[in-house]
Amino acid sequence: MLTNQFVAEEIVKKFGDDVFDFEEPFGMLTLSTTREQIIPMLEYLRNHSEFKISFLTDITGIHYPDNAGQEFCVVYHVHSFIQNFRARIKVFLAEADLHIPTATGLYASANWMERETYDFFGIIFDGHPNLTRILNMDEMDYFPMRRQYPLEDATREDKIDALFGR
Amino acid sequence: MTEAPIAPKNNGNLVKDAQVQYVNELTTLNLGPTHPATHGIFQNILTMDGEKIVAGEQTVGYIHRAFEKIAERRPFYQITTLTDRMNYCSSPINNMGWHMTVEKLLSIEVPKRAQYIRVIMMELARIADHIVCNGILGVDAGAFTGFLYVYEKREEIYEIYEEMCGARLTTNMGRVGGMERDLTTTAIRKINEFLKSFPPVLKEFERLFNRNRIFMDRTIGVGGISAERAMSYGFTGPNLRAAGVDYDVRVMSPYSSYEDFEFDIPIGQHGDTYDRFMVRNEEMWQSLRIIEQAMKNLPEGPYYADAPEYYLPPKKEVYRNMEALIYHFKIVMGEIEAPVGEIYHTVEGGNGELGFYLISDGGRTPYRLHFRRPCFIYYQAFPEMCIGSTISDAIVTMSSLNVIAGELDA
Repeated sequence: MLTNQFVAEEIVKKFGDDVFDFEEPFGMLTLSTTREQIIPMLEYLRNHSEFKISFLTDITGIHYPDNAGQEFCVVYHVHSFIQNFRARIKVFLAEADLHIPTATGLYASANWMERETYDFFGIIFDGHPNLTRILNMDEMDYFPMRRQYPLEDATREDKIDALFGR
Repeated sequence: MTEAPIAPKNNGNLVKDAQVQYVNELTTLNLGPTHPATHGIFQNILTMDGEKIVAGEQTVGYIHRAFEKIAERRPFYQITTLTDRMNYCSSPINNMGWHMTVEKLLSIEVPKRAQYIRVIMMELARIADHIVCNGILGVDAGAFTGFLYVYEKREEIYEIYEEMCGARLTTNMGRVGGMERDLTTTAIRKINEFLKSFPPVLKEFERLFNRNRIFMDRTIGVGGISAERAMSYGFTGPNLRAAGVDYDVRVMSPYSSYEDFEFDIPIGQHGDTYDRFMVRNEEMWQSLRIIEQAMKNLPEGPYYADAPEYYLPPKKEVYRNMEALIYHFKIVMGEIEAPVGEIYHTVEGGNGELGFYLISDGGRTPYRLHFRRPCFIYYQAFPEMCIGSTISDAIVTMSSLNVIAGELDA
């Protein structure tokens, strides 16, 4: 059985200062890295003789509008079937420069996951073979999962939020 | 079918590179968005060289309903109704996966009895899901009879749902903290009847298909995928197991007391349509085994957790007891605040690993909620699986992948 401690130490040994913010929310190893290191890291985890973290579970984005300089976060969930070990890798990006390299070279499944992330957050995956909208219509000119787009029409007056504790 | 003298825009690169190899003129065929064989609304733009498929591209998102955005404004208990509408062939699994995610966040310990009831309902849902997939696969291959035999049993499963929650398709079953009602005597009777009456029907279904020469010719070696490619494409569930990887969330990271039950994980070898069909059939037998064990060992005790802040109090209490009334009001109005946390919880859905990635900032609604929908991730492999085959092979391949439009588009 792999422990979070062991994996974290190995990763630090390899990537040094490029990995930071280690956490263990509900037992899952969570760490942050830079966008330059994300693809080498996924590759390293996959090819490591012991970890064999060779399954990409999920890629998604998060928007933190108040987090100046790190407004967007791309979250990778990876899984090792052999060791039954999961890890979560985060990359924070600035709104002014929303670029991150694609993982499609490593995992075929990254293709649509990245398209979905682009579709909803506008994060650009450099090198992606077909970075177009996937769930929303092509004509859409904004990225709907960003926090500045409220779900309901803000001008409505018949719903008083204060009465509903909102 | 429309004739296109020039290569279609979507598959432009591939066609340009490979054009010299094809003697015939290439044709573009739109399979969908509404085609009887897609069983849902999504489009496949196939480029055909005569009868052979040379390229394919999918368009999805026709029934995208922005669940992730909607969830950011809803209190936790109201999100259950959104999960129903993802894989609507096995809604209870989605519901309970979501409840378990929230329970993990709130650190609620659910009593054994509730966990067992959940297992029973989830396995019934799995059977219903596989019945649909395998029955329809038969229909798409031209065998209507088997479908009619098993669909009657799906109806019985829906009656059990009705007994448990009042609904049939979009079940909204259970609550955060347990079930909303105990197994009634009617439900127990119906489950026991189902356990008795389903095996002969499933046996008959297997007799119709398993060694049927026509069915075997139509499915063996069709739409195959290797284990490496399947893993690279993010396959999970029966489709991955058919390719020979024994990954099952119920065993790898047991939830809801799955560790108490004894069952096997069927795996295939070739990852083709026939293997997927066989894996699903065998999974139905294993689900029956699990339900039997759960019914036999059903523990006594409460069917919901002692978490008054999160679990709706019984109606009787609400009318008589001040605290219960306060909690009832607070829960219904969504006044309950969840702790800060970040969580990824996963369950074995009908189609594979159904994940819930939940970030709570301590408010009444999730800060961010992402659904890992197995369909969405593995459907992108479809062109690779059907290139070089004929349309009729592509249809059975798609059928055996069990692509559910609701789950695809969220």
